[in-house]
This record gives sequence, C-alpha cells and structure tokens, in this order.
Amino acid sequence: MRKTSILFVAGIVIVLALGFLLPWTVRNPFYFFVGYVVLQYVTIATGWNILGGYAGYINFGAAGFFGAGVYLSAFLFTTFGLPLPLCILAAAVFGAVLGLLMGYLTLRIQGVYFAIATLGLVVVLETIVHNISALGGASGMAVYGPKPPAWSPGPSQYNFTIMLVIAVAAVSLARFVEISWIGRGLRAVRASEDAAECSGVPTLRLKLLACALSGAVLAAAGAPYPFYTSFVEPVTAFSLIIGLNAIAMPLIGGTKSWVGPVLGALLLASVQQIATVTISSELNILFVGLVLIAFVAFAPGGLSDLFGRRQGRAKS
Amino acid sequence: MISIDILLNAVVTGILLGSVYASLALGLAITFGILHIPNIAHPTLVVAGAFFVYTLSQWGLDPILAALIGLVPFYILGVALYIFYSRVFERRGGANVLQSLTLFFGLSLVIEILLALGFGSELKSVSVSYIGSSLKLGLLTIPYRLLIPALLGPVMIGAVWLYLSRTNSGTAIRAVAHEERALSIAGLNPASVKRHAFGIATATAVVAGAALIMVGPVEPFAGRFQIGRVFAIVVLAGMGSIPGSLAIAIIIGIAEALVSSYLNPSWSPGVAFAILLLGLALRPQGLFGAAR
Amino acid sequence: MSDTILSLKGVEKHFGSFRALGPVDLDLRAGERLGIIGPNGSGKTTLINCITGVYRPDKGSVHFQGRDISHIEAHKRARLGISRSFQIPRPFTGMTVLENLLVPLDYCHVDGSKEERARTVLASVGLSGRISDPSEKLTQLELRKLELARALVGNPKVLIADEAMAGLSEEEIDEVLAILFALNTSGVAVIMIEHIMHAVMRFSERIVCFETGRLIASGTSSEIAENPLVQKVYFGE
Repeated sequence: MRKTSILFVAGIVIVLALGFLLPWTVRNPFYFFVGYVVLQYVTIATGWNILGGYAGYINFGAAGFFGAGVYLSAFLFTTFGLPLPLCILAAAVFGAVLGLLMGYLTLRIQGVYFAIATLGLVVVLETIVHNISALGGASGMAVYGPKPPAWSPGPSQYNFTIMLVIAVAAVSLARFVEISWIGRGLRAVRASEDAAECSGVPTLRLKLLACALSGAVLAAAGAPYPFYTSFVEPVTAFSLIIGLNAIAMPLIGGTKSWVGPVLGALLLASVQQIATVTISSELNILFVGLVLIAFVAFAPGGLSDLFGRRQGRAKS
Repeated sequence: MISIDILLNAVVTGILLGSVYASLALGLAITFGILHIPNIAHPTLVVAGAFFVYTLSQWGLDPILAALIGLVPFYILGVALYIFYSRVFERRGGANVLQSLTLFFGLSLVIEILLALGFGSELKSVSVSYIGSSLKLGLLTIPYRLLIPALLGPVMIGAVWLYLSRTNSGTAIRAVAHEERALSIAGLNPASVKRHAFGIATATAVVAGAALIMVGPVEPFAGRFQIGRVFAIVVLAGMGSIPGSLAIAIIIGIAEALVSSYLNPSWSPGVAFAILLLGLALRPQGLFGAAR
Repeated sequence: MSDTILSLKGVEKHFGSFRALGPVDLDLRAGERLGIIGPNGSGKTTLINCITGVYRPDKGSVHFQGRDISHIEAHKRARLGISRSFQIPRPFTGMTVLENLLVPLDYCHVDGSKEERARTVLASVGLSGRISDPSEKLTQLELRKLELARALVGNPKVLIADEAMAGLSEEEIDEVLAILFALNTSGVAVIMIEHIMHAVMRFSERIVCFETGRLIASGTSSEIAENPLVQKVYFGE
C-alpha cells in the first residue's frame, strides 16, 4: 500500500475511535447536535464533489437527493421498522438509482442540461412528497427514533457517531475514486471529453458511475436526519441551503481532491452554526450566496488551490 | 364521460397560461438559446420584475404601465449583469459553462433573499379594476386576470421576434454566438451586441413579471417553481427558436391545466419537468432546432 | 485488397440539410502512409470523426480489419487500434504530462509496466524532460508532441494526425515528421491531414484530395501535384 494510503487509514482509525469514545467523555449533548450538522455537510460536500469536482458536472439539486434519502429512510423505519443501518443502505441505493436516471436522461447531450435538470428535480421531488399522505404531506411526519445501543450514552451521541461513520465512508469512497483509474478517467473527461473518448475512455459510463456514486452519498447523508430531528417535513428536507452549501463548500475548499470538500464543509458549516444562532436564516443564505459568487469570480480553484499556489507548487 | 365544458375550459386556460409561460421564457430564449449564456437567474429576475410592478401599483399605477416604465431600468440592470459576468470570465479566457451556471445560481439566491428581506416572504398581489371578473363566451369562462397577461405575451414575443429577424442589430444578436469574428470584421463590437441582447432579455423580465403577478400572487422564492417550466420551454423548443418556444409553452400550459382539472392542482409544478425529461429521452436535440 | 486495414464504403454525413461529407469510398492498407489534403471545410475533419466514431455515418459503413465498426462507440474504436491527434491540441489539463499518457493506458493491454511504457513513448517523442510538468505549461511544439504521444501509447494500428504541424517552424515540422516516420516503420498506418504541402508530399505514399465533402483525386505526390482538379481547388481557374 502506498505511504499516503497508510496515513489515510491511520487517520480514519483515529477519527473513528474518537467518534466512539468522545460521547463518553464530553457530557454536553449540544456539541453532538452541532457536530452532527457539520459531519452531515462534510458528507454532502464530499458526495457532491464526486460528480461536480472530479467530472465537472454541476448538480444544483443536491437537496433533492438529500431529501429523497430523508424520506425513504423515514418511511422505511416508520412503516417496516427497518433497522437504521439498512435504512441508510436503502437510501444510498435509491440515491444511486436516482443519480443514474438523471444522468442517463441528460448526459448524452451536454453537461449544461444535466445541471438544469437537477434544478427541476428538487421541485418535482418536493411536489411528490407534498402529495403523498403516507409521507406526511406538507404537514410532515413524526419519527420516533431507535433506542441507542449500549455503546452509546444517548440519542444525540448515537446520531453523531452514525453520521461520523457515514462521513468517513463517504470520504474514503471519494479518495478511492480520486486516486483510482476512475478518478483519472473523470479528470480526463473534465479536461476534454472528446480527447478522452478518442483515447479509449468510456466517458458515458464513467459519468454515469459518478452520478450514481454522488447520488448515493447525498442520499445517505439524509438517511439519519429523521432520527436527528424526530420530525420531517418537505421544506426543511429539501431546503435551499442544502443545495447551496453542496456547491459552495467544495468550491470554497477546492474541488480537485477529497480534501477540499472536507475543508470547505468544516469551515462553512461551523461558521453557519455560529451564525444561525446569532443572525437570521435568510441572512445566512445571503452570506453563502455572496461567498459563492465571490469564489466563482475570484478563486474558482478554492482555498486548497490558493494555498497550493502560495506554496509555489500545484496541489495534486 | 368527459364533460365538454371542463375540457374546453382547461384547454383554453392552458393556452392562456402557456402564453404567460412563453413570456417568462423569452428572456432565457435570448440569453441561453441565442447567446449561450446559461442565465438561470432569469426566473428570479422575472420575480424581481413582479415586485417592481407591485411596488409601483401600491402607488396607484396600472401594472402594464408599471411594466413599461420598468423597461429601461431593467434593460440597464441586464447590461450591468452582463458586464459583471463578462469581467469575471474574461480573465479566465472564456466562460466555463458550469462556472457561469454557478455564478448565476448564486446571483439568483442573493436576489431572492434581498427581495425577502425587503418585502417579506408572504405572497403579494396587485389589484386592478379589470382583473377579478371573467369573460363569458358560451361554454367558456375566461378570467380577465388570465386573459390580459396572456395577451401581453404574444405582443412582447412578436415584437422581440420582429426585432431579431428584421433589424440589423437584431440580426447581429442572432449571429454573435457563432460568428464573433465575422461581426468584428463587419465593424460591430461583439461585446456590445451581447450587452444589448442581455439588456433586452432582462427588460422582458419586467413585462413577464407584470404578467405573473396579474395571474396570481407572487412571493420572493416563486422563481424556483418557474425554472422547470422555463427551461423545459427553451430546451424543447431547440434553443433560440422563439416561435418554437411559444408553441412548447402552450403545450406545457395545456398539460398543466389538464392535470390540474383532472388530477390535482398540486401536481402541476412537476408537469413541465416530466415533459422535459420525456422530451430529452425521446429526442435529445429538441423538437424545433438543432443542438449539437 | 487482403491487407486493407481500414475501409470506408459510401460514407455520408449530413448536418440538417447540409451535406458535409460523401459519398466517400476510401481504403487504407496496413502500414500505409496516406496524406489527405483539401481546403478548409472540405470535409476532412468530418471524415476523421466518422472514422474515429465521434460521428456515426448517415449512410455507408466503416470497416476496420474486416469488421464493420460503423456503430461502435468511439472509445471502443480507440481500443481496437484507431487513434488520433486533434487539430487544436487537447491536453488533459490539470494532469501532468505522464498522467496524460496513463489515461489511455488504463484501457489497453501492455506487456510490462504501464508507467514504463509511458516513459518510453515520451522519450521517443522527446518529452522526457517534461514528464512531471503540468500539461498546461507546454509549448506549442511540446503540446503537439504530447498529442501524438498520447495517441500512440496504446500501440495503435492506425494513427490519424490531424494538422499535427500547423503553426510550427521548419525545424519543428521536421521533428514531428521524424516521429511519424519512425512510428510508420514499426508498422503503424498513418493518415496525415495537412495544409503544409511539402510535408505531406515528403511523407505520403499516396495522397487524396477532398473538396466539398467528396474525394476528387488520388495518387502519388507527383501525380497529385500535376492533377488539374487539385490545382483548381487550390489556385482557382
């Protein structure tokens, strides 16, 4: 195994160990509420970046995939009593299928049509949820979460640890894609799709794979949400800020590697958590929107690109 | 047994609604279809136009008059937006389509939030004397709040289409996307042609906004419900075909009206999107024009 | 002919009502050096796109090693052994020179280490000194060499060089020609599309001339130079 891979695995083991041990040492559950949201965004940003950063296909409807994961998970749990890990898995599969569908319909033409279709997706999914009473419709659905197992002291700590596991899995997946032939092929597609195709790269297949993986991670990010809030409704599940953050965080952190979304999510989510307490949610969206515009305009490579340039070598 | 008058009313409502959608889509047909600039902030600009009309109507002005007054400020806004957009991407040596999408996405969110902060998030409407009653023609009952805005649509679309096909500057606009070099050889500045086109497109937003707020109340985030419709129209019409976008818009309008009447009105936001996906699956090049 | 490696029969391509190409009949022998000339817009690039699979022909068929490949996707044709370089170089930006060659290597079989193969090919075109450099930083000549290196790293049977020498100086043209000659010596058929007449004449065993989508003349360099139809195309009546 390469040296960087060994380091990465070591890092993961440490993070996971912390995730399981911290709940027993830190008493105040508030930190785990906040931590959950930050980790959720790490997952969302990472999932988005597999398609958006590696392949260059921008998904404006991350909220749609997220909300789909939220509702499928809530539905499976309340109707069939499916255990949480299976709900998460089911959400991931559903997200993958959704991503494949979107990709298949639109990617054969041009990337811009994919982006536009994702814009409409959120509205469509929200409309569907509104109209199905089994999902609670507009008024929402209450979810009485599973009891936390013995290794976790309480529900908020349990949700935190579950989200940590999902985030770690997502980041590992993103890193694997990045360093494998898949990532290389996607980078070639992003640089010049025609040249890639004529070099033997199965561009459509790779793009569809990225769509599926991205969709799966985004939906998995939403799967534990019903248990975190105990109540799901369309407005928050498909919320504007989710789709916006999904784009802003990788853009700010850097889209070329798995590090960027993590960085961007840690930074932006923490700032937002502080801001939500002090200022209104609308101003939060305004702030993120302005930051997004600023980064697209002046620093499209994100923070990791800026730091890379300052150190005089290109970030790989 | 389908009752004839429900069907007839649904179809007519659909045609009128479609006409309103077409005026919403016109600006996008110009910026995305002709200039190839993916301005997804256009529906939000239409909503901003609606709020402009609303504000003036609070001072007693008729919405159509307000829209005409708004043409110049919105034209200037469009020019300013284009200048910002081209400055940002000029240094990049050409626009990366997906980066420009993101820019406009951020822009649309900022505009929506500013509208929400300025006007609040509740629905706002205009009340005019001629809206509120209906025209009765035999089996048909056509509400004026639908008829009047629906008439605005073809007028504006016709005017723009004539401008683009019959005048020199209009032809320059149609040519600028593919033939920049030919234009500059002819002595025209491609950048100013594009600025002008963007200005016109944004000016149509205020008229479309007036139509929108006459049809029904509007809130700051209404743009996202129009995005699906508006893009479905531009894409299926084959990018830049303005007569085509009117036809597609009417088809979508009729489909939505039928779904509303026979199924459930709350399904209608999804109809346009479903039609778009179906259209893309069956004929990726669009129905009227060539894409690739 | 029994050693025909690539064959186009009655190939046509339309864009709306505009006929960009055809009908075209063209055969390429294994190991042949074929030159294609013709004014801009005569259909040369459309022809390549039909061969490589970027376009599907509206009429007619494309055969490779005896097999009808008309409906096979472009990336599969590349793996079968048809490769090309682009008129305006399209390096995989964001990747180093070496990584640019690793991309096609992911999809073909080589004996031994893929990285070794990439390094060998880069050495053969003279890019060894730039292996770890980002592809965005290359000069015009180096970009064209990278285009060719990327096209031949997978041991193609046919290489289509689309205006590989446009914009280069005389010395640089000689360098590129040397690369193409060396490649041909190892058995690869090369189709050269060029406007630089002396290069095409020196290189090709046979030259064909295109005009408005049709093949109007075929022959050796001297035959083509004296062909009145070709002269009309280039010099007018």
